[in-house]
Amino acid sequence: MSTATQRPGANAATGSQPSPQLSKDQLLGIYRRMYSIRQFEEHANDLYLRALMPGLTHLYEGEEAVAVGICEALRPDDYVTSTHRGHGHCLAKGAKPDRMFAELLGKEAGYCRGKGGSMHIADPATGNLGANAIVGGSAGIATGAAFAAKQLGNGRVCVCFFGEGALGQGVLYEVMNMAQLWKLPVIYTCENNMYNEYTHYSETTAGEILARPAAFGIPGESVDGQDVRAVNAVASRMLARARAGEGPSFLLCNTYRYRGHHVGDINREYYRAKQEEQRWSTERDPIKLLADWLIQQKLAATPELERIQSEVNAEMKAAVEFAIAAPYPPINQVDQDVYA
Amino acid sequence: MPNTATQTEVREVTFAEAIREALAEEMRRDSRVCILGEDVAEAGTPFKVLSGLVEEFGKQRVMDTPISEPGFTGIGVGAAMTGLRPVVDIMFGDFLTLIMDQIVNQAAKIHYMSGGTWKVPMVLRTTMGASRRSAAQHSQSLHAWPAHIPGLKVVLPSTPYDAKGLLKSAIRDDNPVIFFEDKMMYRLKGPVPTEEYTIPLGVADIKREGTDITLVATSSMVQVALGAAKMLEESGISAEVIDPRTMWPLDEKTLIESAKKTSHVIVIDEGYYRYGVTAEIASVIAEGAFYNLDGPVKRIGAMHVPIPFSPPLEDATIPSEEQVFEAARELCGK
Repeated sequence: MSTATQRPGANAATGSQPSPQLSKDQLLGIYRRMYSIRQFEEHANDLYLRALMPGLTHLYEGEEAVAVGICEALRPDDYVTSTHRGHGHCLAKGAKPDRMFAELLGKEAGYCRGKGGSMHIADPATGNLGANAIVGGSAGIATGAAFAAKQLGNGRVCVCFFGEGALGQGVLYEVMNMAQLWKLPVIYTCENNMYNEYTHYSETTAGEILARPAAFGIPGESVDGQDVRAVNAVASRMLARARAGEGPSFLLCNTYRYRGHHVGDINREYYRAKQEEQRWSTERDPIKLLADWLIQQKLAATPELERIQSEVNAEMKAAVEFAIAAPYPPINQVDQDVYA
Repeated sequence: MPNTATQTEVREVTFAEAIREALAEEMRRDSRVCILGEDVAEAGTPFKVLSGLVEEFGKQRVMDTPISEPGFTGIGVGAAMTGLRPVVDIMFGDFLTLIMDQIVNQAAKIHYMSGGTWKVPMVLRTTMGASRRSAAQHSQSLHAWPAHIPGLKVVLPSTPYDAKGLLKSAIRDDNPVIFFEDKMMYRLKGPVPTEEYTIPLGVADIKREGTDITLVATSSMVQVALGAAKMLEESGISAEVIDPRTMWPLDEKTLIESAKKTSHVIVIDEGYYRYGVTAEIASVIAEGAFYNLDGPVKRIGAMHVPIPFSPPLEDATIPSEEQVFEAARELCGK
């Protein structure tokens, strides 16, 4: 598992499996959502560079196919838990960009009324249990949501998104053990973007990643995380398994983080080469791969995709303007909602 | 709030039985209440506090977990957010060290960080208290830690009556509540009515009325304070004993009013003396009753040492009746 062997798309166990269940409308919806996440992140970076955004944020660009491919297979009432790199998961699960931007700027109109910020976007209406700024911090929550779903018999599933950095956290293995013992409907989704912050994962991760779920008897699968249809196909199978009461699965999505660990991580050649970044963004870009396939399959023509792009561009622009214009929360809210 | 139980049968039950009754009543009342922890089912915990519950409610609701405190506490948090009302059992309070992320960074902050949209109605029961000859990793009283964190409520009952009424309120509360039971009090007997009752969180109880000195005491230290009060009475000093019952919310008003009345205060708690509960309560009283006090607010806590194993050494670390008696006499100038 060195840099040399981890080439773009090299670990795609399932490849571009056909997804016959995806209609043209669904595929265009998937394209729209992936493109939306990309645009959202571009704006987030821009807000940072213009010093309009307090603090930092962690961008999801390059990984869009993971969140969108999985969330496309979810029911609206299913749960997700997210990470510090969570904008993609939140948007894919149905969050609105205007309220998300407002949260990034600490405004009252944000999903958390400005109290959470980029790393804590949560939304009960879309089953989003919250992004989490502790690496691996949502593993317990996700498994607990699956525990409740099973106890209450409501048929819901929880997808626990985490990066490969969370493979270093012990609590993940504790809850995987219990999820398998109790056959809980949870999908552990490891987004391997290859870097634990500023360190290549091969320096932090012993053995094979999929040997870890295998140790608990949890079925695991590796998928090309740049191929949204492949991600969707595997996720759909795992979800069906979870809903049938057969327990958890582990989905390893091989992907890539286009930008730095956070928006301020700009000079990063000391830990990864520009050529590597360029190779992923030119050869393995998830949005381009889907667009090319849609055109090749004659499911969409370029003008149709361009129309989607311009609609999303307008929506994002308006969402940013909404957030910039939105007021900060009044100071008297500072000690509200400490207790329910 | 005196322990009045009118027009209803009152029995003597142990502290452990009171806890069990509270859990059973709440589990009958609300099917969302479930128990998660190590050896909670057939074993009923090493302290046998939960004996019989699995027989009535089944293994789905009284769930044995692996020895994975962070994992099952995290599961409790997620389950609480999504429709259950879990009661998580952490066998020894010393194991709070293992679950701090789950309770401090997760449970305590979720409601606030989500702008008030998600709630975590979870109770975490754990133990405290030395003198069981269990050495440094099974004897600590770490309730000051969660009390320091906004978003958590912290309960320390001192009698069977309080334990039952407070635990029922904790289970019905929509916030994460950390509930500390002194393991040396499980066999302590006290009157508990058969009729249902709850005790609100955040209301102190005057365990003994007095006029010369206020002894603020928590958990098992209430018995120590009451013993000292008896000794003081023989020396002509009338001691009032107040149990705050919850570290947070803290009934500051009752504490301050008593201090204003007696002008002398000692705070007794089994947590470590430094940076602990006694310091917080003493400072609340000093700020609220300074001009009515005839002397400094005295604090007595556990010695600032790891709890030793050897019995005479261990006993020396815990506040005693004699210590409280001597400190009170000195403070009152008698």
